[in-house]
Amino acid sequence: MLTLLRIGWKNLKRDRVAQMLTFVVPIVFFTIFANVFGGAGGGDRTPRVAVAIADEDGSEFSTRIVAALGKEGALRLRAAPAGAPALDRSGAERLVRTGDVPVAVVIPKGLGAAFEERGFSSSGPSIVLLADPSDPIAPQMVQGLLQKVTMTAAPDLVMRGGMKQFERYAGTMTPEQRRAVDEWIPRLKADAGTTGPSSAGGGAMGMAVEVVDVMRTDDRRGSLISFYAAGIGVMFLLFSAVGGAGGAILDEVESGTLERVLSTNIGMTGLLLGKWLFLALTGVAQLLVMFLWGRFMFGLPLFSHLPGFFVMTSVAAGAAAALGLVLATLARSRAQLSGFSTLLILTMSALGGSMFPRFLMSETMQKMGLVTFNAWALDGYLKVFWRNAPIRDLWPQVAVLVALGATFLAIARLLARRWELA
Amino acid sequence: MNILTVSDARKRYGSVQALDGASFELRTGELLALLGPNGAGKTTLIRAIAGRVRLDGGEIRVFDRPVTAGHTPRELGIVPQELALYPLLSARENLDGFGRLQGLSGAALAKQVDWALERTGLHDRAGEPVKQFSGGMRRRLNIACGILHRPRIVLLDEPTVGVDPQSRDRIYTTLAELAAEGVSMLLTTHHLEEAEARCSRTVIIDHGRVIAAGTLSELVDRTVGRHRTVTLRVQAPLTADVVSKLLLEADEADPRHLRSRMTDVAADLPRLLEGIRAAGATVDDVEVRGPSLQAVFIHLTGRELRE
Repeated sequence: MLTLLRIGWKNLKRDRVAQMLTFVVPIVFFTIFANVFGGAGGGDRTPRVAVAIADEDGSEFSTRIVAALGKEGALRLRAAPAGAPALDRSGAERLVRTGDVPVAVVIPKGLGAAFEERGFSSSGPSIVLLADPSDPIAPQMVQGLLQKVTMTAAPDLVMRGGMKQFERYAGTMTPEQRRAVDEWIPRLKADAGTTGPSSAGGGAMGMAVEVVDVMRTDDRRGSLISFYAAGIGVMFLLFSAVGGAGGAILDEVESGTLERVLSTNIGMTGLLLGKWLFLALTGVAQLLVMFLWGRFMFGLPLFSHLPGFFVMTSVAAGAAAALGLVLATLARSRAQLSGFSTLLILTMSALGGSMFPRFLMSETMQKMGLVTFNAWALDGYLKVFWRNAPIRDLWPQVAVLVALGATFLAIARLLARRWELA
Repeated sequence: MNILTVSDARKRYGSVQALDGASFELRTGELLALLGPNGAGKTTLIRAIAGRVRLDGGEIRVFDRPVTAGHTPRELGIVPQELALYPLLSARENLDGFGRLQGLSGAALAKQVDWALERTGLHDRAGEPVKQFSGGMRRRLNIACGILHRPRIVLLDEPTVGVDPQSRDRIYTTLAELAAEGVSMLLTTHHLEEAEARCSRTVIIDHGRVIAAGTLSELVDRTVGRHRTVTLRVQAPLTADVVSKLLLEADEADPRHLRSRMTDVAADLPRLLEGIRAAGATVDDVEVRGPSLQAVFIHLTGRELRE
């Protein structure tokens, strides 16, 4: 028994890959999850929600709401580009539909005037929240903050509106009462923006906010399934590409078939391209099978998005295959490849949104995610299945993945020189 | 005619001088054994001939054309030491794949695949996955893949390692048939008795240099000489005086075993047997052995282990 323990210990001590998988991989994952969900370390850890603002009203009330939203630490207001006219509702809706922001606030014309007249009455125009439900958190958060800022940003206006309502139903105030109110209202204005117990305007009243789903996806559940199918699919695309590339290159080196193939006319470039094409086509088939399964088992809307699916799947599978070849040509042995690639793929999948949506992460983590293959691939699938984007809108994702694939292939070709000539 | 000539081949890997001026030639239709201890440079030499190693110096010519690194001459067939096969494919599928990579196609490919399967005795099992094959069958298929495109020179790196005597015999029969058709072969092996029995000439390499080359009798004449070793077993040990007088050498572990070296067995052996009988001893067994490649090899490369 002790002898077996000793042998096991010595083996572990000399096997760096096993040590890495046992001790390093869990720590890396713990760190990523702690950063995503725990907000450890303070600073820029909490995700800031990007919000587009379309202030069509331009009243004092709306201006104060916008200013107050701007002061909220949890939000990052998205203004119109410099020199461009201020955002209107259609501009804001476009930003949500293209995925630039998960939510937009539209303050319709006349809201300020109506508010002055009727206060929080539900009969007037209401603030419209244009939301992309793929991010279920952002709209609710903005809605809550809107309630808060309408209460705290303009207590004087709230009071004035309230008094007008009072006079409408309870009769005109006496000159003394009016003087007292007029003296009080400026003090409320001075308190605007504070949330202390002295703030006025609390109570059970609230600003009417209408939430509009701008995605208008016909099949909400199916589209959501496609989001997860893409996440899991892309992660396994990487695993299969690396495993397949390991088989394609390292196993052939060990068995001697690589030497035999290289002694024919095909050459290393031809060999790598052949292997890459096979891995890429296998990847396409793998994702197709997975999405077909999703279609028939979970109602994933594959057939209505076939062109976009094939565009994204082809470029993602091509880039994944090329990455697999880089890792296989970099590794000295199958064990080394397996250890290193497991760490890399799981890290990329966690950062890139395959395991949990990137909008849950802090801004820094979201930016870091963009260096991963997964993030670009998933953004593309999201555009296809969620935003119903036309194929031409996929160009940034397609361009990045094609460029990544080409770069990976070039690196793999350079690394493979070690097998060409001794 | 020399169809393959290696002249002063040099190659260094870091501090190891793998080839240090190796020179030899291969003639038409011969089966040439390339022998040497582990690490002597055999595999490097084979790979250099195949254009898979860039030499630091020297030259290799195949059919009088220099071999350039990175380009394997079309006339060469290579049978590597590893079983370079796809285990999940059948024998025919392996041959078909490697044949296509060699530029064969259509009816010519099908004909060559059948020929290679027939030559290596695998025709009956052509459709089975290679992973189900025995070690001997895999070795034969490994050779079939190397000769498929009918090369005029075949390089075989340890083609019979780990196979049973039947498969080994079949492999050498195949090689002999190829040689009879004019194919020239260079093979490395550690089975010296095989090289002795099956190959027409031998090249011995050590420390990256060719230290001897020729037929067995030429090598024997140049190294250990033509004497025979006679080994006797007597019923009871002889006295030291008798052993010394008869020029015998007693085995330290078992003094009943005696050895003697003779240049003329017909004249010397009866005299020795008579001497033993006169000393009152009885001979149980006599064995006469001629000079072997093993003796030549040990004579040239020493008994020191090379790992």
